[in-house]
Amino acid sequence: MPESKNLDDQRKSWESAVVKKVTDKNPERKKEFTTGSWIPVKRVHLPSITTDAEYSEKLGFPGEYPFTRGVQPTMYRGRFWTMRQYAGFGTAEESNERYKFLMSQGQTGLSIAFDLPTQIGYDSDDPHSEGEVGKVGVAIDTLRDMEILFDGIPLDKVSTSMTINAPAAVLLAMYIAVAEKQGVSKQEINGTIQNDILKEYMARGTYIFPPKPSLRLITNIFEYCAKEVPKWNTISISGYHIREAGSTAVQEVAFTLADGIEYVKAAIKAGMDVDAFADRLSFFFNSHNDLLEEVAKFRAARRIWAKIMKDKFQAKSPKSMMLRFHTQTGGSTLTAQQPDNNIVRVAIQTLAAVLGGTQSLHTNSRDEALGLPTEDAVRIALRTQQIVAYESGVTNSIDPLAGSFLVESLTDKIESEVWKYIDKIEEFGGMVRAIENGFVQKEIQDAAYKYQREIESGERVIIGVNKFTVKLETPKDILKVDPGLRNIQIQKIADVRKTRNADAVKSFLNELRDGTKHAEVNLMPLILDAVREYATLGEICNVLRDEFGEYQESIVL
Amino acid sequence: MTDFAERILRGDVRAIARAISWIENNRPEKESLIDELFPHCGNAQVWGITGPPGAGKSTLLDKIIELERGRQKKVAVIAVDPSSPFSGGAILGDRLRMQSHATDEGVFIRSMASRGHLGGVAQATCDAIKVLDAAGFDLIAVETIGVGQTEIEVVELSDLVLLVLVPGLGDEIQAMKAGVMEIGDIFVVNKMDRDGALKLKAEIEYVLGIQFADHPENMKPIVMTAASMNEGIDDLLTAIDGYVAKISQNGSLQDKRKSRLKSEIRQIFTQKVSAHVNRKYDFENRLDEWVDAVYRKKNGPYSLINEKLNLFLRECNWL
Amino acid sequence: MKKIIRILIAKPGLDGHDRGAKYVARALKDAGYEVIYTGIRQTPEAIVKTAIQEDVDFVGLSLLSGAHNELFPKVVRLLREQQAGDIIVFGGGVIPDVDIPQLKVSGIETVFTPGTPIADVIQFIEANRERVSQ
Repeated sequence: MPESKNLDDQRKSWESAVVKKVTDKNPERKKEFTTGSWIPVKRVHLPSITTDAEYSEKLGFPGEYPFTRGVQPTMYRGRFWTMRQYAGFGTAEESNERYKFLMSQGQTGLSIAFDLPTQIGYDSDDPHSEGEVGKVGVAIDTLRDMEILFDGIPLDKVSTSMTINAPAAVLLAMYIAVAEKQGVSKQEINGTIQNDILKEYMARGTYIFPPKPSLRLITNIFEYCAKEVPKWNTISISGYHIREAGSTAVQEVAFTLADGIEYVKAAIKAGMDVDAFADRLSFFFNSHNDLLEEVAKFRAARRIWAKIMKDKFQAKSPKSMMLRFHTQTGGSTLTAQQPDNNIVRVAIQTLAAVLGGTQSLHTNSRDEALGLPTEDAVRIALRTQQIVAYESGVTNSIDPLAGSFLVESLTDKIESEVWKYIDKIEEFGGMVRAIENGFVQKEIQDAAYKYQREIESGERVIIGVNKFTVKLETPKDILKVDPGLRNIQIQKIADVRKTRNADAVKSFLNELRDGTKHAEVNLMPLILDAVREYATLGEICNVLRDEFGEYQESIVL
Repeated sequence: MTDFAERILRGDVRAIARAISWIENNRPEKESLIDELFPHCGNAQVWGITGPPGAGKSTLLDKIIELERGRQKKVAVIAVDPSSPFSGGAILGDRLRMQSHATDEGVFIRSMASRGHLGGVAQATCDAIKVLDAAGFDLIAVETIGVGQTEIEVVELSDLVLLVLVPGLGDEIQAMKAGVMEIGDIFVVNKMDRDGALKLKAEIEYVLGIQFADHPENMKPIVMTAASMNEGIDDLLTAIDGYVAKISQNGSLQDKRKSRLKSEIRQIFTQKVSAHVNRKYDFENRLDEWVDAVYRKKNGPYSLINEKLNLFLRECNWL
Repeated sequence: MKKIIRILIAKPGLDGHDRGAKYVARALKDAGYEVIYTGIRQTPEAIVKTAIQEDVDFVGLSLLSGAHNELFPKVVRLLREQQAGDIIVFGGGVIPDVDIPQLKVSGIETVFTPGTPIADVIQFIEANRERVSQ
């Protein structure tokens, strides 16, 4: 409901009588004020939810449709969000040490970062891997590396999120195999795989195969896990990277939910009932600097997804309508200049995510723009979450900003803008079509360009970069990855090849190849067979590459 | 023969690339170079590929290159994109879709910006084609976006023109200027897996049917492809081979090449005369005075021009 | 008339973060240069072949995955081996200050670190205009 006419009139007379007297002498800092994503913001906002009916329709109660105020009835009063720091680098041994360090410092869930060759399905000895092994995450070539990665970490006691997309099926299979060796059944393991290929085409770039076979792999995973790995979140539909690529808050939500629609459609087309898999879909958003816009964004996202699942897909179970999400603070907002300032930025972004009701959170470290985080830096990042949780008081009541006139207005505005995008994408025939057309990429790039021009002109202030700059020496203690790492991994692969059953590997790879040719075959069990025999990631992905082809980036600026 | 020309004839990539830069930058040395190379031209087939943005031209070319390389043909591509009318700069991104061939010695890809020259880019492309021809490429493909006069000129300098259209971009036949439809020799309906592909094919057949009502035997081929899925490319090459054979046999290929040479010579000669006149007559500076006179309505434009022309011709002893 | 400068913006290796490269390409176009952009996942070999075919004056390498110490010098080495060592190579991305001296030794002219205004890049190109206009 728009603001009351009576109050609106009162505001107008206040502006012409009281405000004008001040602005005639002291004009405001800008002609127009907007959020970080260019949504206009008024001098004062007025109530927009004034009746009980409006409250019930737009907000409701936590844990109930439309879930605007939160997906759990007790939220942080019951349990804090999972503090889950994305980590991984170098060898499985080094990453294992970092995970144990983080757990000892109070982290409550694991989040695995893989290196680029692993994310793109190349072994460390592949020519494409030159210079890249172990740099942005841990190098995993075979099940042996995975066993080392989780050595001493009981998989029945932790939940693990793996940021892996195109070869997600293989890494999931490896995780299952490691659990088996620990004596933990796949019915018991808890975790998430990112497994969101659409955003790779749009914004992140670690794709392998074209859309059609990629969607097949994804729906194979949905189906397999619904029966065999019921506690597993089979996908983390991501907006984080879309925002990092330069999109607005509205686009972040719109393109993520449109991706979600595409995945749900694909699963239904593959014969699944929506309520059989939808409760295991999860999401992943960014947390940016404009705190109030971000809070509104998260609330709007929950409300829209609930409506989509209920109205568009006729989901019956409330669990299918709940948008559960992980958040990461916005890496691209952090600066190389005066890195300690980043601690402050991350604190604000943490508050935004928590006030927005996130289920799990990664906070970036202050050295984000310089390299991978040192132990000290990542400890501070974790403490930031803990201070907000225990000391700030915002976790004492659920959705504490509800009823803020500005926040409710922004929530409504973001929702209506998101629907426009979703409708537009439907007109294209869905997200895959929209990506082929270059529509979403262009929207993101235009927003990114505008944002950057504002920084260049000084219109958008970034402290330490274009205002209050200081010539400081850059920190010397940056994490370095051993460049000799690739050779270590190459040796490891050679060792595995010596001891494994080469015939079994060959045979299972052939069965996998065969399986790809029949659309009704679920590839997960075949991948699991190959993984157990220590087939390498590259060997498995090369079979898939042969049969599925490779995606070719095509849209330019 | 100069060392530079010899290197080009040997296929030295750096030399070929540098020669094209000379041409783009209109360096006077280009003229003697091209004259040196010219006797070695005439072996290459030149295909123009045009169509609206999003038609999939580059992807199509990528697949054509693959097949032609399989036939042991050396392929060169000139990808033309518009320069910004404001800054004069350009983003040249067509080759992105053909980068799988980046390290193939038998493939040469060059991106050219239109640089705001009406007709100028056509001449540069013509000369670049000669260099690539002399360097031994069997097939030279010129890719442009099919809107505007410049693009039409560029395409006219080829032996045959592939016009690539896709369903779902709206009423693109009406939207495309009539001139472009007329210069297509082979029509490609790309993304044939999309809705509306057959309808588009029917629309093209209809338009062509009217064009060739009196001579249906000259009807131009229409081929359906789905380039990104590697479908229909063989059919396309078959259609092209057939078309090339036909125009070689009935003499129209030679006619076309001659007529192309004619407009090239006409164009260069006229340009040189004009440049000569401008230099000798200090045209740009005199022009400012004339503009002033006309602006203040002291003279009508035509009377002033004719008066000045008569004076000029008398100066040159042409009257 | 001023020669139009041609610049190749390339992303070597597996890194898919192209927001910066795309911004730089577009901004350089706005500054009046011709920019060839070849997308992500280019091998050093492909970058060098492209630079030579396009007869560019500059190559700008963008990399955020930490592989710069291996891949940037390789591009320079391959250019030199193919008689194209006169092409000026610069870099950008997530590159620690401490790595820059060695990169320069291996032939990278300069490195633009995060937060560099585009005006600095344009200034660099203009400062080297004479060199590339032979």
